[in-house]
Amino acid sequence: MMLRGLWKLTWIEMKVFLREPLGAFGTIVVPVLIFVVLGRVANLKFGAPSFTARGITGADLPVLVALLISVSAVLSLVTIISIYREGGILKRLRATPLRPQTILGAHVIVKLLLTAATLGLMFLAGKRYFPPGANVPWFSFTIALLISTWSVLSIGFVIASIVPTARFAQPIGAVVLYPMIAFSGLFVHISDLPRVLRAVAHVLPLTYAVRLLEGIWNGDGWVAHLGDVAALAVLFLLFTAISARVFRWE
Amino acid sequence: MHPVIEVSGVRKTYVKTVAVEEATFKVNQGEIFGLIGPNGAGKTTTMECVEGIRKPDCGTIAVLGLDPFRQVYELQDRIGVQLQLAQLQKRIKVWEAVDLWASLYRRKAVDGKRLLEQLGLADKQGAWFMNLSGGQKQRLFIALALINDPELVFLDELTTGLDPQARHAIWDLVRGIRERGKTVFLTTHLMEEAERLCDRVAIMEHGRIIDIDTPDSLVRRHCPERTVVLDADDPAAGDHFRTIPEVESVTCANMRFTIRGRGDDLVTEVIHCLSENRIRVTGFRTVIPNLEDVFLKLTGRSIRE
Repeated sequence: MMLRGLWKLTWIEMKVFLREPLGAFGTIVVPVLIFVVLGRVANLKFGAPSFTARGITGADLPVLVALLISVSAVLSLVTIISIYREGGILKRLRATPLRPQTILGAHVIVKLLLTAATLGLMFLAGKRYFPPGANVPWFSFTIALLISTWSVLSIGFVIASIVPTARFAQPIGAVVLYPMIAFSGLFVHISDLPRVLRAVAHVLPLTYAVRLLEGIWNGDGWVAHLGDVAALAVLFLLFTAISARVFRWE
Repeated sequence: MHPVIEVSGVRKTYVKTVAVEEATFKVNQGEIFGLIGPNGAGKTTTMECVEGIRKPDCGTIAVLGLDPFRQVYELQDRIGVQLQLAQLQKRIKVWEAVDLWASLYRRKAVDGKRLLEQLGLADKQGAWFMNLSGGQKQRLFIALALINDPELVFLDELTTGLDPQARHAIWDLVRGIRERGKTVFLTTHLMEEAERLCDRVAIMEHGRIIDIDTPDSLVRRHCPERTVVLDADDPAAGDHFRTIPEVESVTCANMRFTIRGRGDDLVTEVIHCLSENRIRVTGFRTVIPNLEDVFLKLTGRSIRE
């Protein structure tokens, strides 16, 4: 009963999203472009096989782009939800037997599918940078990114609950989400952050997402990162609980 | 006739304003019931409490024997809802919306294609929602409200933004719903709509229901005044009219007589008087108050203010 309408709604939301050229371009093409451009720059700097090396050209670029993919998916969710709320679309959908979690769940599925598709494009685009025979754990990496995105989406719902109007959704979402990448340990080690920021970093899912993605990229097994997955799950539950309290339908 | 909606002592306050002060009414099976009043009177809030999408602060509501807030999904399955000022996804196609809605209900949906035809949307099935005109959007929402063949239909300001032709078509459709034994609960600030469409109306202002009855009874009760205006070439006619017991005043200007009185019999009595006295009449019309006048009388202001 709870699933009634879920697949149809998901399918429609997917089509509706892809019919908006700018939205689709921003969330799918831009991250891949960033990857290609940065990949070229890195290659020029460090020589051809740099992607196998450690450091900025090793796991960092794929992880950074993966995070960008994830964050832009979440940002797109924040924008869509706030537009839907402002336009009364959420209210209209609620005045049916649809469960609230079905309405929001359809959006989560759309975002996860798009995340996986974009990541797939990134792998295709990056193929020529990877030396032949390089062991890229693309499947595990995709799963890791989906888990991460799923967790960050719960913050997206909290942001979507707070933004006053659809106009502010994009900027407010960006201001909250992009700095999270800075504190995620990708650029600066968490242990090098000031004490306050370190505390903040520990409650942000991106911190655990970075550790998980870097580890999986570098060939770690899942067992080594069960803690990160658990942390992502706990944060998902925490932020979902918060958004369940503060979410506004109109 | 048993009530399908029973609302008793409902009150709803938003942060600062009282939207519904006190609402008590019943809607019977098979009738078209209208909640009328100016914008901001609390009509929509009242309706949304009955639909289960808003929780009243206090009071009790039963709809089809269900508690609309606790049993909202069970209720939603059996009712059809058209909300005021609603939107859909900008780029959803008309047929996709109808198809989605048809899949949400447990009971078998009606033929969506036929419904769109009835509503004049047959050639718009592939159009995006954002490219529909205001009237087309409104008709699509009415289609979505009827897709599950509901026992009870809620229509909030259903003909707002429609041209007169489309309005009459929608009225016929609503009468059709009643003919199939269903119940319609609507709000409107158009008195003409209420008068032509509703079996019973509740007049609402400032969050209170002032009176409930059939449009005719409301007029009879609150505005018994009747006026006859006629042109006659007999200067003595005024004296004849004054002998009629129901008549309260007679004025005459340029041989046009304005006869004011009370009660439904006034018109008959005037006609009787004319024929008895063989008064030649070249023009004759009656002025009968309508719901608009009832509203003005009850609230001291026009509904359009």
